[in-house]
Amino acid sequence: MTAPLPDSLAAIRDDFLALGQADRLQLLLEFSQELPELPPRFAEHPDLLERVEECQSPVYIFVEVDSENVVRMYATAPPQSPTTRGFASILVQGLTGLAAEEVLAVPADFPLTLGLTEAVSPLRIRGMSGMLGRVQRQVRERTA
Amino acid sequence: MSVAPDPNPTFSAFAHPERLVSSEWLAEHLGEEGLVVVESDEDVLLYETGHIDGAVKIDWHTELNDPVVRDYLDGEGFAALLSAKGISRDDTVVIYGDKNNWWAAYALWVFTLFGHPDVRLLDGGRAKWEAEGRAYTTDATSRPATEYPVVERNDSAVRAFKEDVLAHFGNPLIDVRSPEEYTGERTHMPAYPEEGALRGGHIPSAQSVPWAKAVAEDGTFKSRAELDGIYRDGAGLREGDSVIAYCRIGERSSHTWFVLTHLLGFEGVRNYDGSWTEWGSAVRVPIATGAEPGEAPGR
Repeated sequence: MTAPLPDSLAAIRDDFLALGQADRLQLLLEFSQELPELPPRFAEHPDLLERVEECQSPVYIFVEVDSENVVRMYATAPPQSPTTRGFASILVQGLTGLAAEEVLAVPADFPLTLGLTEAVSPLRIRGMSGMLGRVQRQVRERTA
Repeated sequence: MSVAPDPNPTFSAFAHPERLVSSEWLAEHLGEEGLVVVESDEDVLLYETGHIDGAVKIDWHTELNDPVVRDYLDGEGFAALLSAKGISRDDTVVIYGDKNNWWAAYALWVFTLFGHPDVRLLDGGRAKWEAEGRAYTTDATSRPATEYPVVERNDSAVRAFKEDVLAHFGNPLIDVRSPEEYTGERTHMPAYPEEGALRGGHIPSAQSVPWAKAVAEDGTFKSRAELDGIYRDGAGLREGDSVIAYCRIGERSSHTWFVLTHLLGFEGVRNYDGSWTEWGSAVRVPIATGAEPGEAPGR
């Protein structure tokens, strides 16, 4: 049996699917504007961040799993790359606060279910799939 | 109705100076009758974060490609797209974008497939416009729809297919990808692994001239003398040569196609848009690896 999509991600998906194509792009833009700044400890230690090679723009992520098994994701991408920032922001908002097992159970095709393939193109969405894969790998490493 | 060219002396040494406009010129002519500004970026959302006032957006992924076949729009599709954007056949179109006008040059090349008469690049693209502190707006552009005529795409003049490349051996080829892709260390461009090929290397005899060599620090094209140094002295191109440029999917090589055709004046330059994603996965085509161009196979 497949685990249900966590509420946070399901809500984001439903928000996108409720909109027409042009408005989906606007919503992605809003996500890109909401990507939080990195905490200062990463600015001092950029080596902690992992580059997402699947993305066409320089985007770096870092994942923490605390003693309560709760995941926190951080990401940074330049303002000239709003699409990548939007993808990162969706994952930061949808994954942060979930239990490690819930993050690992997110299906790899989640990015393709947001209804963005037409407005953004499937090729670009692969960058988000790459980001999700790397987050899940980091969670596995931190909970091993 | 088209608009008079930018008389900027910076461009006068180029073969076709009318194909470039400066940011000063564009700022002065914005809103003029017969001028349409088009933004074309790699990032599909960049336009929405702020664009030149009155510019319309054309996205290469979602608007210039056929959604099913690996090909461009057909004549009817192009007419429908440009009509919806409010562009007329006799309008002067100025295209600009991110990443040194990489995608802007690609859009310009696609416009050329349909023979749009007057299409130009904004020298320096978004980077220079921003560096000069010029204004962007997030106001939506609405232009009244036009009736752009259906013009059949002409692939013979500026586009090469795999068979054309095979028949071209003995004539110059320019590989505009990164050195790692050229040698075969990588089958994709750094940070673009999703567009790979099964084999690495380059088309035998192709000279390696990474596309961005044509661009100065500020994002504008280098001078005529510098470009001659790169392509004539460096890559050995000579007057009268028939040249094919390629990259990974044909976008970076559109930029080089623009340089060779409009700035240096080579005639009959073609862009092989199948590029490495086709050649590097095709069965039994010749491939060379390493830093040397290698010999052109006998035909």
